[in-house]
Formats: sequence, C-alpha cells, structure tokens
Amino acid sequence: MPVNLLDEPDIQAENRDYHWTLNFGPQHPATHTTLRLLLELEGETILNAIPDIGYLHSGFEKLGEHLNLNQYVTVVDRKNYISPPMNEVAWHNAVEKLLEIEITPRCKYIRVMIGELARISDHLLCTGAAALDLGAFTAFLYAFNLREMIYDIYEEMSGYRFHPGYTRTGGVMFDFTERVTGRIEKFLVTLPKILADMEKLLFRNKIFLERMRGVGVLTKADAIAYCASGPIARASGVTYDLRKDEPYLAYADFDFSVPYATEGDCYARFHVRMEEMVQSARILRQALDKFPGGPVNVPIAEKFPMPDKGTTYGSMEGLIQHFELVMPNRGFQTSVNEVYAAVEGPSGELGYYLICDGTQVAWRTRTRPPAFIHFQLFPHLIRNHMISDIVAVLGSLNIIAAELDR
Amino acid sequence: MAVTQKPFELPGKSGKSSSGVFAPEGTIITSLDAVVNWCRKNSLWPMPFATACCGIELMAVGSSRFDIARFGAEVMRFSPRQCDLMIVAGRVVMKMMPVLQRIWLQMPEPKYAISMGACASSGGIFDTYAVVQGVDRFIPIDVYIPGCPPRPESILRAVMDMQSKVQKGGSTLGTQGLPELRQMEEQLIQIRARNTLPGIATERSDESRFGYRLPGGESLVGRSETL
Amino acid sequence: MTTTKSSRPTPDATLARIRKRCGEGFFSVSSHLDNLRLHVPPEKLVELTTRLRDEFGFHLTELGGADYLGYPGRSSASHRFEVHYVLLNYETAERLILKTGVSDPDPVLPTLVPVWAGADWLEREVFDMYGIVFQGHPDLRRILMPEDFRSFPLRKDYPLRGRGERHNFERVTREDS
Repeated sequence: MPVNLLDEPDIQAENRDYHWTLNFGPQHPATHTTLRLLLELEGETILNAIPDIGYLHSGFEKLGEHLNLNQYVTVVDRKNYISPPMNEVAWHNAVEKLLEIEITPRCKYIRVMIGELARISDHLLCTGAAALDLGAFTAFLYAFNLREMIYDIYEEMSGYRFHPGYTRTGGVMFDFTERVTGRIEKFLVTLPKILADMEKLLFRNKIFLERMRGVGVLTKADAIAYCASGPIARASGVTYDLRKDEPYLAYADFDFSVPYATEGDCYARFHVRMEEMVQSARILRQALDKFPGGPVNVPIAEKFPMPDKGTTYGSMEGLIQHFELVMPNRGFQTSVNEVYAAVEGPSGELGYYLICDGTQVAWRTRTRPPAFIHFQLFPHLIRNHMISDIVAVLGSLNIIAAELDR
Repeated sequence: MAVTQKPFELPGKSGKSSSGVFAPEGTIITSLDAVVNWCRKNSLWPMPFATACCGIELMAVGSSRFDIARFGAEVMRFSPRQCDLMIVAGRVVMKMMPVLQRIWLQMPEPKYAISMGACASSGGIFDTYAVVQGVDRFIPIDVYIPGCPPRPESILRAVMDMQSKVQKGGSTLGTQGLPELRQMEEQLIQIRARNTLPGIATERSDESRFGYRLPGGESLVGRSETL
Repeated sequence: MTTTKSSRPTPDATLARIRKRCGEGFFSVSSHLDNLRLHVPPEKLVELTTRLRDEFGFHLTELGGADYLGYPGRSSASHRFEVHYVLLNYETAERLILKTGVSDPDPVLPTLVPVWAGADWLEREVFDMYGIVFQGHPDLRRILMPEDFRSFPLRKDYPLRGRGERHNFERVTREDS
C-alpha cells in the first residue's frame, strides 16, 4: 500500500502552515552515506523526522541465493564496509553452524583477532567521524591514521587492503605469518597512545561535550522494545554482549569486560565505543600471547577447505579435493536445513538466517542488519531536538548505508 | 609556452616576420586557453558523490597518508554548485540515479566526472535487479578507476589523468572538452542505439558455469530489457 | 562492569517451560544445535508473543521472511512463505525462533508492532521484498525499493537481474548538461 511520504496523519492540518518541511539528503555530507530525511520543523525544532531509505539497495540477499557459500564472502564484505572481516566472521559462523563444522583452535584465534581489529577500525571511524561532524577535525585525522595501520595488517594477511575476503568454510585463506603478528604487536603499541590523544582532544572539549551530552536519549525500555543491540543498547544500560553471554569462537578464553553506561545519550554511546576499543586491544593482546599452533583449516578429509599448494601437488586426496572445489557445480554438499547464528558485530548483533537446500548455493541468506534496526530509532531520538543535533545523533548511531539498505 | 630571456620582437600579422613590437624581459608567451586550463587543472574542486565502500577510500585519500591536497584537489565541496569534478564513488542504484543526474546537472561548467570503482563503472559484482550497470549509461564520464575499491594511489593517478585531460582539452569559453572524446561519446551513443539485441546477454547468460542458479529463468540483458 | 550468564538454560528446558505454561498442540517444534524453532499458526502469533514477552521475558531481535517456492521436501500443503521471529531473553540468554507460514494468493499476517515497536521497519522490509501484508501495521509501505516499483524482488520467481527496471532512465549527455 504505497502512501505519500508527506501524508503523515499525526500533524494537524490547521498547524501545518506554521511548520516547515526540510529535505535532508540523500546526498549530504553529514549522513556519511546515502539516506534521506524529511524533517517537519517548527522554527529550528524538529517535530518529526521521516526517514526514507533504500538509496543503496543493491540486492545483497538476492545475490546470496546465486553464489556459493564461499563466493558469497566477497559480497558480505561489502555489507558493513568499515569493518569487513567482522561480516566474514559472522557469515562463516552461520555456515559452519549449519554444516556442524568445528574449526581448529588456531582458526578460532585468527577469527577473533580479525574480528577485534574490525571492531577497532569501525569504532575509530565512528568516533572520528562523529568528532569531524561536530567540528573537531584533528581527532578524525588521528583516527584515520590508525585505521591505515589496520589496513596494513589486512594487506599483510590477505593481500587486499580494504575487503580481505579472508575466511573460508572450515578455515581461512592463508595462515597468519610472523609478519602479520608482528604488525599487530606494533599496532597494539600505537593504539593506546592515539586513543589517549583522542581522549585528550575530545573529553574536555566543551563544544563537543555540550553537543553530545543529553542529546538523543534512549531509555533502557525503548532500547529493548526497538531491538537495539551492541554499543547503542549498552549505552542505555542493556549489558548484553554475545561475546560474554553466548560465547562463540574462542571468546570464553579471554579476560575482558563489557563497558556499559546508563545515560543513553550520544556521549554515553561515544564513551562506550572508546572503552570497547580498549577492551578489544586487551583481547588482541591475550590472543597473541596464547596464539595456538597447529593446522589452521579443518582436515581435508572433511571435504570443506581448499588444500594448500603442497597438498594439492603432493597427494592424491589433495588433488581430488582441489578438483572437487574448483570445478563448477561440484563443491561440497550441505544439508536441507536452516539456522540462525549471530556474532557481536561492531554496531550490534550481526546475525544470519541461513537456509540451505542441500546444494552449495544458499537458499536464503537473511542478514540481521544492526544499522537498519538502529536507524528506525532515529525519529524517536531526534524529536524535539534542534537541526544541529541531527549530526550528533546520526554520528552516534553509526549508520552504514550498505548495511542499512543491503 | 616559452619564457623569454631577453627582449624579442613579436611576430607580425599574417606571417610577416616583424611587427615592430618588442616583448619585455621575463615574459611568458602562451595561449590564453593553456593558462586557463593550467589554472583549472590545479584547482579541481571535487564533489564526492560517495555512496558505498569507495567513499571510505575517498576519505582515506583526503586524510594524512595519501593527502590529495598535493594535487590541489582537497577542497571537497558538498554543494554541487561549487564543484567542477564529480567523483562517483560506489554503486548507484535505481533509486539514486535520478539524484545523481540532478546533481550532475546542477554543477556549473566546466565540469568533469570520475567514475570510481568497479560498481560505478560497470556494476561490478552487483549484477542485480537494483544496481545500475555503469553510471556512464546515464551521465558522461571522463576517467574510470578500476578496483573494488581502488587503492588510494589509483585515485591519485586518476586525478593526475584528469589534470592532463583538462590541460589538453577545453577552451576558455567552450565547454565541449576534447574533440576526440566528443567523437567517441557520439559513437557510443550510436552503438547503444543500434544494439537492440542481447549483445551483453549472450556473453553473460551462461552463469551456470560459475555455480549460478537462475530460478525465475534467465532475464534479458541489454537495451531490449528496457520497459 | 562484567556480566556473565553462566547458567544458560538448554533449548529443551526452555521448551519444557513454554509447554508447561502455554500448553501444547498448537505449535510444532524443530531444532538444529541450539536453535529451537516453534512453528506457530498465524492466528496464535500475537497471543503467544505477548505471553512470551510478559511471562518469559523474551524480546524480538530479528524478523525476516523466506520464500520456499520449489524448496526440496516441501509438500503442496505447506506454505510458500515463512516469516521467522528470533526472540532473545536478555536475562538468561535463551533464544527462541518462531516461524509462521503464509501462502501465496493473498499473504496476510498479523502485525507485531503493538508488541515490539522494533518490528515496524522489519515488517515493512518483509512486505517490500515478499509482498506479505501485515494486518494492522501502522505505516505499511515500501521501504527499500522505490514507491513505483511493482514486483517483490526476493520472491523466487523474480529474476536476479530484474525485469529491466534498472535501465529505465533518461540519458544525460554532455550536450544536455
């Protein structure tokens, strides 16, 4: 039932003369991405905001029904493009849960590490860009410089700077080398210094605090009713974290805490993200210290992983397995089943509802997109605020258009 | 362009060897077009039409490690009326295409466009119902950047290519760009108008080789699919 | 600052509790590892979700649809579309998946917006992609696709490349601009 966007029933006709309608987006720098808002204004106060999304809807889920389970990694990467490895971890978490594959301890640690690096890079962009929008340009440059270090790690481990496409069913593409762990070590030395610099720049910056504190307050009850998760829910006092509460991969091995706040405003969300970066660094440190040896992929007898070059050329099983995986319309078989599996993504619960029909191509790849679910909070958070608060609230919600629209 | 070391006599009208007018020392002799193009190319103001992943790499180009300011193109303006270089970064979908065209029409002349990344140039991996298969089908593009997303170095390279193109093409008053490019564009329009049968479809229809599955039957690709 | 739910109830325990309080017979159960799926008829959905929210502390985290046209092992009696509701208990970390089916010519389901406000956009997305109408939804219109789009793209009988909608634009040339 298509309805005109401007036909909002709750605005009375007699008052409409005094209200302005302002179009915001879809191409606007403060949205960072492509989304559109129709704002109903009285003076500078926002009475109502009507989001209009879909300006980047590119059929990710339809594409997932036509690519096989390993090929789809390249596509999920582009979903939340500021933390691509986390999407891969989430996708293969669902695939392996469906196929009931138990991955090796070393692979679990590698996935924890790339996931935490992704979380740090996501939070850096979110906090840096939030600061940029509120006029603090320097913090953004600090954050981006650190992100370049993370890109270097991705490049070292996979050969690709932006979208690594690194995980595979039953393992990862290449094992971690000394050089990768060396780069992570170096990164862990730099990270606290830059975080301290960012905190110094922002935490006592009066303009920044005035524009963040008390803006866009989300109560705990609303956070639960609106399905919020991740840092946004934790800033409102919902202390749920899948890494702690439903431990997956190797998260049960690590000692870390879940930062939360109870204020629920933009500043609380910003603060929770800054703290989460510290906790992610702790996890990375422990993962490097406890990093187990051994094989990184499941044995090729299980028919899932791509054998390495030596095995392919040196053994019959390896050759057969390689042939099976690279030839079209062969590959591994799946079961006729469906599964929901979620991981703690940088901006919330990142889940996949995966349905397979026995072939190597998924029947349905439904994503639980945190950005989509969080963006429906926006009209609720922005009501009775000023126009200039839009950038603060949008920045604190961390809306990624490709994940919003898919 | 030539810088004079000592006073010399300017050439006369209609090929006469002397005009009787002497240029002073340190004078630069060039055409007005060359000077204007030189100014234009070193002060490109990009309009970042950033939609997806490429937009993040565009931000990386602007920040400290790659520093697009070295090429005079760091002044990202978000109002199309202040820009002369549109960078289409990321895929453009059905709902966005009219917006892109409108922003392009709002930019003042002379204007140039870079199509950044595989998605903007050809649709990339997103060969789906919603994604426009190349923005050059609907707006004119000067430079294409391959990659998904392109490395910042290739964006810098594209800016340099754009600069050399600006230097070579265009005139002070004209807005047409390089004559050979104009020709190429006309040819493309003709080819596309002629191509009513599945030129692309035959190349692309055998996806089953790559494990594709087409449940609703194969759709027509190419111009004939237009409603 | 740390919270740990050390004793997470098993799916069987959850199921036993629901059976005890809500009765049985009106839903069927299937499971895979720790995923517990209850297949509920649409007319019982609002009643069951309200009780699950009020008495068991379950809350919605995910809602999405799927089209089973031609899915192996489906009889002609089973529904073409299914909508799944993933519920989560934030206190005990239990998860529960409700599935409800609806069939083709006139797919209508009751809305869950009165139960959880967060179902709003998720139901709009299912409507946009599959054409399933949620009865009683306050603002049911297309969310991702353009308003004038006529098909439902995630249905299995809609081709991946669409039906030519993506090329239906004016061409702007250098001369026009």
